[in-house]
Amino acid sequence: MNQLVVSVLASEDPFVSHHWLLPETGEIIYGGLASVIVVGALVKFAGPMVKKSFADRTARIQKQLDDAAAAKVTADGDAKNIRAALGDIASERARILAEADAQAAAVLAEGQARIISEIAELEAKAEADINAARGRGSDELRNEITVLASRATPLVVAATLNEQAHKDLVEGFISKVGAGR
Amino acid sequence: MSNAKVKAYAQALFAIAQAEGAADAISNELYAVARAYESSDDLRNVLGDATIPSERRLQVVEQLIGARANRATVQIVSMIVASGQVRDLPAVFDEVIALSSAGNDQDLAEVRSAVALTDDQQTRLAAALSKATGKTVNLKVVVDPSVIGGLVATVGDKVIDDTVRTRLDNLKTRI
Repeated sequence: MNQLVVSVLASEDPFVSHHWLLPETGEIIYGGLASVIVVGALVKFAGPMVKKSFADRTARIQKQLDDAAAAKVTADGDAKNIRAALGDIASERARILAEADAQAAAVLAEGQARIISEIAELEAKAEADINAARGRGSDELRNEITVLASRATPLVVAATLNEQAHKDLVEGFISKVGAGR
Repeated sequence: MSNAKVKAYAQALFAIAQAEGAADAISNELYAVARAYESSDDLRNVLGDATIPSERRLQVVEQLIGARANRATVQIVSMIVASGQVRDLPAVFDEVIALSSAGNDQDLAEVRSAVALTDDQQTRLAAALSKATGKTVNLKVVVDPSVIGGLVATVGDKVIDDTVRTRLDNLKTRI
């Protein structure tokens, strides 16, 4: 360990005259001149280019800003138009809806009226059919009764007529014919 | 058979009856046969059935009237049946009785009654019909139960109907 410390301390040359941090004076002078020349060259030759580059960039940014402003104006106009169109669409929608409502109401009213009329017609027809069927039934019943009566009556009458009745009928005929009927 | 043919048949048959010397009796019997033929479905079916041999049909005629009628009457009826003109038998025989009546200056008066009439009733009825028509009538009474009651008399074109059947028909019509 002691030998390591001694070796490190020994690395510092005890014979070096300038400061351990600063270079030598000549080196500073030549270095400074070289730096001035380089900086001057940079200023002279690269400065305009940098300046132009910054100016171009500024102009480009300004142009972009102007374009953005113009686009904003255009967008505002478009937005205004769109809002106006939306307003028109809304009013048209409202008008169409109102018209549709009116037409639906008219169709509904017409349909209701037609249905009511048809129902009335059907009821009247049904009533007429019922009355006709009732009348037909009555007529058929009456006819049936008539037919049955017409069939039964001769049999009943024939069974009822006795000898005296036949004699009276014959005598009545002779009297009427003889009387110049 | 046409009307002219019926009259021709009747005149021929009436001539036969006259030739037999019993025109009235034969005419009356023919009239009775006509009424029997009209009133009996069985008789019409048998005598009018061409599928039955004519000998069999003539046997029926013989059995029906052979023992009761004049021989000429039986022969006349048999001739009509054999000739296949039995359908016109009533019309021909009615014409015969009409000719017989006309020969006696009488009009045939056919009276239909539900019951048989007594001789007295027939005499008074004939007198009444003669008075009503102004003509002497040859009264023929047909018992026809279908009239139910009362009488209907047909003298020529004139019909005097006072039957219960007609009254009921009129009543039915009104109903």
